Amino acid sequence: MTYIAKPKFQHPGLPKNELGYTHRDYEGKVSTLCAGCGHDSITASIIEACYELSIEPHRVAKISGIGCSSKTPDYFLGNSHGFNSVHGRMPSVLTGANLANRDLIYLGVSGDGDSASIGFGQFAHSIRRGVNMTYIVENNGVYGLTKGQFSATADRGSKSKKGVINTDNAIDLVAIALQLGASFVARSFSGDKSQLVPLIAAAIRHKGAAFIDVISPCIAFNNHAGSTKSFDYVREHNDAVNRLDVLTGRDPITVEYAPGTVQVVEQHDGTRLALRKIDADYDANDRLAAMTFLQKHAAKGQVVTGLLYVDPDAEDLHAHLDTVETPLNTLEAKDLCPGSAALEKINASLR
Amino acid sequence: MSVQSPISSVNDFVVRFANVNGSGSASANELFARSILRHGVPVSPRNIFPSNIQGLPTWYEVRVTEAGHLGARGGVDLMVAMNPQTWDKDVASIEPGGYLFYDSTKPMPSSKFRTDITVIGVPLTAITNSTYTDPRQRQLFKNIIYLGALCALLDMDPKLVEQLIGEQYKGKEKLLSSNVHALHLGRDWALQNLKYPIGLRVKKSDKVGERIFIEGNSAAALGAVYGGATVCAWYPITPSSSVAEAFTSHCKKLRHDPETGKAKYAIVQGEDELASIGIVIGASWNGARAFTATSGPGISLMTEFIGLSYFAEIPAVIMNIQRAGPSTGMPTRTQQCDIIACAYASHGDTKHVLLFPEDPAEAFEFAAQSFDLADRLQTMIFLMLDLDIGMNHRLCRPLKWDDARQYDRGKVMTAEMLDEPGRDFGRYLDVDGDGIPYRTYPGTHPTKGSFFTRGTSRDRYARYSEEGAIYADNMQRLVRKFETAQDMVPRPLQANAAKPTKYGVIYFGSTSPAMDEAIGLLEARGHQLDRMRIRAFPFHSSVASFIADHDFVYVVEQNRDGQLRQLIVNENGIDPVRLVPILHYDGTPITARFIANAIGDHQDHLKVTPLRKAVS
Ligand SMILES: Cc1ncc(C[n+]2csc(CCOP(=O)(O)OP(=O)(O)O)c2C)c(N)n1
Ligand code: SF4
Repeated sequence: MTYIAKPKFQHPGLPKNELGYTHRDYEGKVSTLCAGCGHDSITASIIEACYELSIEPHRVAKISGIGCSSKTPDYFLGNSHGFNSVHGRMPSVLTGANLANRDLIYLGVSGDGDSASIGFGQFAHSIRRGVNMTYIVENNGVYGLTKGQFSATADRGSKSKKGVINTDNAIDLVAIALQLGASFVARSFSGDKSQLVPLIAAAIRHKGAAFIDVISPCIAFNNHAGSTKSFDYVREHNDAVNRLDVLTGRDPITVEYAPGTVQVVEQHDGTRLALRKIDADYDANDRLAAMTFLQKHAAKGQVVTGLLYVDPDAEDLHAHLDTVETPLNTLEAKDLCPGSAALEKINASLR
Repeated sequence: MSVQSPISSVNDFVVRFANVNGSGSASANELFARSILRHGVPVSPRNIFPSNIQGLPTWYEVRVTEAGHLGARGGVDLMVAMNPQTWDKDVASIEPGGYLFYDSTKPMPSSKFRTDITVIGVPLTAITNSTYTDPRQRQLFKNIIYLGALCALLDMDPKLVEQLIGEQYKGKEKLLSSNVHALHLGRDWALQNLKYPIGLRVKKSDKVGERIFIEGNSAAALGAVYGGATVCAWYPITPSSSVAEAFTSHCKKLRHDPETGKAKYAIVQGEDELASIGIVIGASWNGARAFTATSGPGISLMTEFIGLSYFAEIPAVIMNIQRAGPSTGMPTRTQQCDIIACAYASHGDTKHVLLFPEDPAEAFEFAAQSFDLADRLQTMIFLMLDLDIGMNHRLCRPLKWDDARQYDRGKVMTAEMLDEPGRDFGRYLDVDGDGIPYRTYPGTHPTKGSFFTRGTSRDRYARYSEEGAIYADNMQRLVRKFETAQDMVPRPLQANAAKPTKYGVIYFGSTSPAMDEAIGLLEARGHQLDRMRIRAFPFHSSVASFIADHDFVYVVEQNRDGQLRQLIVNENGIDPVRLVPILHYDGTPITARFIANAIGDHQDHLKVTPLRKAVS
């Protein structure tokens, strides 16, 4: 067999969340990625966020494209359906799945090659349509699975492992998501779990297109001096705009915030995002300001992380299409078929 | 030449309107066709239009056919020549003894006319200019005025035309009365100034019966509504756009929740065909019935996803309204040219189910059925229409629906089934030996039945595996599944010649009406042919036996390379020599005359040259 199943043993003393699930219930198969790959840390953060939100694992649909990053849905939420589709086309598959059943939680996982190159169009259009999803790009600036070619997010002037200098301009997916009207835009770093977990949790709670770009160093092909997506580079150039906790309206999951420095954002579903502001002037509800902020710091070579923008009143594609509340995949012939009498009328109108 | 006597025919002739695209003639011309239908006389109209919006030539042809021949006939008996650009070509296409109707406001030199036809001049521009001042009105009403004049010339009942105009402008009194006025202007001028009726006449009959008049694309879209499609994703391309547009308008009327007013469907105009088919596959994976409509170039773009649908076994429906290829080819001309491209679409070993409806009624039935088939077989189903059926109105039997019919969602395991003691769920397990496994919808059960869908090789339990034996086992099961499909898809229809014969003919799709008529023409020439209309791929076993039962079989199709013939040879291991290709591929619909001539000449040749049994 070319897969590795995780042993089923569960320690009876493992802590449980509100639904009685343990961490293990949110895990998947054993990762086959390189030991130390940033993507595995993101997997761990997704598991943590879902555990903390007490999501029923089987109510999540996890959809990806092709690449090392796109393999990761197999490594978390083993009891949910996953779909490793084709290169760059995760967004359309997710859109279709979401249209079929608006009641599930949609987690889209993609790579920077997947989303910024071959799938750039699909990334853009799923965002502009406002598909209710959490879209995570595991951004390492290279093609990992095909062994180290530059991706479209690689910075101009950065050096490949083979010593080649990138002469093309980089695409900043966060800037583009903001421009396209994403109603939740964040950037984080795979190594910064304390920031990433609440960001993922908030994105899942958000109703609308939530986009998180996670810098995720590829230790095999993009973790050398001269790379702008290496662990060391990101640690040195990280400028976090805020830290955030998610309050579900029940008990806060973490209480690690100082009074007086918190900005509370009401979400559509009634949950509240509490933003710990590091930059005193930062307003995460101002799209224009977010765009300017991002560009200013990019010009200084800084990677801005944190929740950059959120629209608490966002609507999703189902609202735009005004579809029924009942998931379309549960409608039956009696709900859908107009019947023979209606057809007779149609026939009569065609004579 | 002038001794040629004018054609004289009641309820059996071809009128062709030559117009300039964008002149608003389409609705007047369609009104003409419908008026004849209201006389109880069958018609078969065809749009012949350029891949351009404004200014280029466009033609609309109405075959008036008491006998009910719905294929194109070829030749023109009455040319309504409204386009100076195409004048010479239009005049040349009139049959000897035919008629030319033109705008005589500006005198024409006699060299512009033929001597063996009857020329009818009506000063249309002069009449319109003296009645209307607004330029747009002048243009639009000129069309209604020539319709009025034709009414007189063909002896049509003006009341029936007025009635149609009344239905069209119901509630819009001003438009109604002005159109009726224009109709009378033309008719009165003709009655006062021309010799009427001409040799071509429309006489009331009762040959239309219960039949309806509908475009194939609209019927297919209605089939999708009845078949339970809830998600449609598409990208505009001629000649398929009207499928999605019709689905939208049918859904608006038929699919809103009466209490909340909300939509029981979702339609997305994708950013391209890749997204459209991706949305369809995502929706189908998640248990909704979904489809897209496209044409050749769209199919080319979709092929990677089509392979995924095949290998990962995700149901989906593609309506392919074929047009002339390759590449952009002739985007507004008809062909049956995507047979091979669809049958084997995508890389690797793949095979897909194709359905070939012959007319709108069958397009409706097959469209509805395609969703059951996709679910039952968990694979892609191609509904293969073409421009000739898709974008032209056809007279066909009324659409029918059995209210007792339930949707067959195929093998879907529910939470209750997963909980049954001893139940083993493996996504790709062949439980019943028919090659079709069970699937579960996402979100079915907290701990059972989830699986990971991928285009990569995996074992029967959907676990990633690149072991050769496991891969081969899966590929073999897919072959078994395709064999199972043979008995699920619509069977071929066979009709025997009046007398026993050694020759057969195979055809499919929009060739049907021309073939029906060609059989009669061939009989008149003394040739008897058994015939088989293929309605689906994979081919039913009766196709091979039909071929075995005849010395040889003609395969009539509308493409250059004999694609259906290739598929039959390839799939059934048949000696190609036994299948004689009859090919029509200039972008016009195939005609009975063409088929009868091609087969007739071949048959005549056989009579003088004995067929050598084995031709190398
Ligand atoms: C149509 C197509 N083209 C190319 C490939 C080859 N391919 C597989 S993964 C990949 C790039 C993956 O890069 P990225 O999305 O950045 O993910 P990473 O592996 O770096 O996580 C490519 C080009 C493919 N699978 N399909
Ligand atoms: S190649 Fe890079 S991206 Fe792929 S698993 Fe290894 S470290 Fe991760």
